Amino acid sequence: MTKGKIVGLEGSFAVAEAVRMANADVISAYPITPQTHIVERLAEMVADGELDAEFICVESEHSAMSACVGASAAGARVFTCSAGQGLELMHEVLYIPSSMRLPVVAVVANRALSAPLSVWCDHSDAMAIRDIGWIQMFAENNQQAFDLTVCAYRVAEDKEVLFPAMVHLDGFYLSHVIEDMVMPDEEEVVGFIPEYEHPFVLDPDRPVSMGCYGPPFIYSETKKAQEVAFENTKSKILETWKEFGDVFGRHYSPVEKYRMEDARIALLTMGSSGETAMLAVEELREEGKDVGLISLRLWRPFPFKEFRDAVKDVELLVVLDRAISSGMGGPVCSEVKSALYDKRKDLNIVGFIGGLGGRDIPVKGFKYMVNRALEKVKAIERGEEIETEMIGIRE
Amino acid sequence: MEKEDEELFVPRLVTTEENFASGHRACIGCGEALAVRHVCKALGKNVIIVTATGCIEIYSSLLPQTSWRVAWIHTLFENVGAVVSGIESAYKARVRKGKIPAKEVKFVGFAGDGGTSDIGIQALSGAMERMHNFLYCCFDNEAYMNTGIQRSSSTPYGAWTTTAPVGKKSIGQMTWKKNMPEIAVAHNIPYVATACPSYPFDLMDKVKKGVAIEGPAYVHILSVCPTGWRCPPNLSIELGRLAVETGVFPLYEVINGEYRLNFDFPELKPVREYMKKQGRFRHLTEDVIERIQARVAEEYLKLKEKAGVK
Repeated sequence: MTKGKIVGLEGSFAVAEAVRMANADVISAYPITPQTHIVERLAEMVADGELDAEFICVESEHSAMSACVGASAAGARVFTCSAGQGLELMHEVLYIPSSMRLPVVAVVANRALSAPLSVWCDHSDAMAIRDIGWIQMFAENNQQAFDLTVCAYRVAEDKEVLFPAMVHLDGFYLSHVIEDMVMPDEEEVVGFIPEYEHPFVLDPDRPVSMGCYGPPFIYSETKKAQEVAFENTKSKILETWKEFGDVFGRHYSPVEKYRMEDARIALLTMGSSGETAMLAVEELREEGKDVGLISLRLWRPFPFKEFRDAVKDVELLVVLDRAISSGMGGPVCSEVKSALYDKRKDLNIVGFIGGLGGRDIPVKGFKYMVNRALEKVKAIERGEEIETEMIGIRE
Repeated sequence: MEKEDEELFVPRLVTTEENFASGHRACIGCGEALAVRHVCKALGKNVIIVTATGCIEIYSSLLPQTSWRVAWIHTLFENVGAVVSGIESAYKARVRKGKIPAKEVKFVGFAGDGGTSDIGIQALSGAMERMHNFLYCCFDNEAYMNTGIQRSSSTPYGAWTTTAPVGKKSIGQMTWKKNMPEIAVAHNIPYVATACPSYPFDLMDKVKKGVAIEGPAYVHILSVCPTGWRCPPNLSIELGRLAVETGVFPLYEVINGEYRLNFDFPELKPVREYMKKQGRFRHLTEDVIERIQARVAEEYLKLKEKAGVK
């Protein structure tokens, strides 16, 4: 049951459509490749009267997020988007909506970080903001970019949630690629996202003080309260995805599995590379290797339970990181290791770093990782230390 | 005026309503807290105030208490211009879309000199350029007082601060005070003014004008800081007056580009009278004071020319 019509749309335009259907009140953004098509499309929509919103062409990403914070605190439904350096410039402000419980919705067209300058995709920008206290999801294709943006509004603005939400889509791979997708009927999307009503907005008739100063006797308590509330968002995310599936026929889960039923080896990816990895899984299956694929759809709050369930029968987990945590290896690999540390001592986890700064990882790249990981398992069994390997590097 | 007369007449001129409550934690003699109080009287209840990190936010909002009887938000140090832009845009959009009833709400930004002329200048410049409808008040105490008297671009020449200390090779601040009101004027906004809580009626008038005008308004308020200026707290009002009477901080307005000098004096008092009462200038030699005197005279003349005052 998939309602709507099939259209060919760039990831950026798909996101802009979602924001239009969500009827955002305030959009505040600063242009940065590869996010630009999203803001350009939204600016056109506002200029043509297709979307009744205030579009604030701010002078930096720091101000983009700051204006979103102000607008959200004043009761508006808001949107911003960024990438790479822009997200880093925004970094300081990203902690504000999460700690002040403002449901800002943002999309990131993932991009590498300087230096050297690169406008192309990797996940360095996303990994630098793991701890900001936002709900974070990764899209694998343009359909998901649309669907997850719609869901982001519904989840973030839920009165039991009131946390900002971010959708990551791979720069260029999704933001600039036209794919076919199902565009649902506008009324159904509108019906799926209730009117936004924050219980404590800035209103002269009901004055509140927001963003006060927290000395040591109270700071820890506020952070504890925030963390408890944040962990509780997961049930709402699951509920929203369930209802989204009921209405639109596309079902999401925090950890998505492909051919995992009988898999002993699992590849783990985030973002658009999942679809290439699926092809690799098929080829490896033909070669007799029982490989499956795990994609992390929900990144924050981290889906511990679903992830542990997904790998419960797996003997080898091969993790691809599209970012480096310098001196530490791959950040995703580190996190999944810590998620399993006291649960699965028998599981071998082998991490690879690849796809940096727009470097493609073809099907054979994923096959290489699996085969190489099997070799590394032998080294582990011999008691040798293994290091995180960067793939596809010219020596 | 006798005390009894004051009690009779002052409430007719100024509201007795205090929207910035007493009991906050500002230092004794704080010119800024006094200015905030006056500004809040002028603004009334129908306002949303955005405050930068700094003295004001620290002494007014220590959890679980607040001095704000009006809608108030603080987020960060350098983004007041952007936050106020967002709030104003949210109101515009929500009123237009019928989500809230239309009413006259004033959007106001508060920041110190560091939050305005240094780290916050970009966000403020953006907000002024985009012509949001807001008033911005810079409370200028001429250094980073909240963090312990470090120099800012608004610190006057020759002043001692903890990061522009006096030494064998330094007279303290070695650069001239950044002219922030002129930077605001350069944005072609409809209203720019300078003010000081030592002239409370002038200050309140300017705030009222600033919020009444459509578009961005900028009011730069000299706020005497006894702690950082190294002066007795009972001199706060007197020093504000001397700053004006010596020409160090002239009070003027720029309305749609037209300059108006609010207080002119047939003869300015020597800057020495203003400086000698402050420990931050105590080390200065006569030749440096002369240099400052010459600069003040020159700048004052320029201002008079702009205002068409002979």
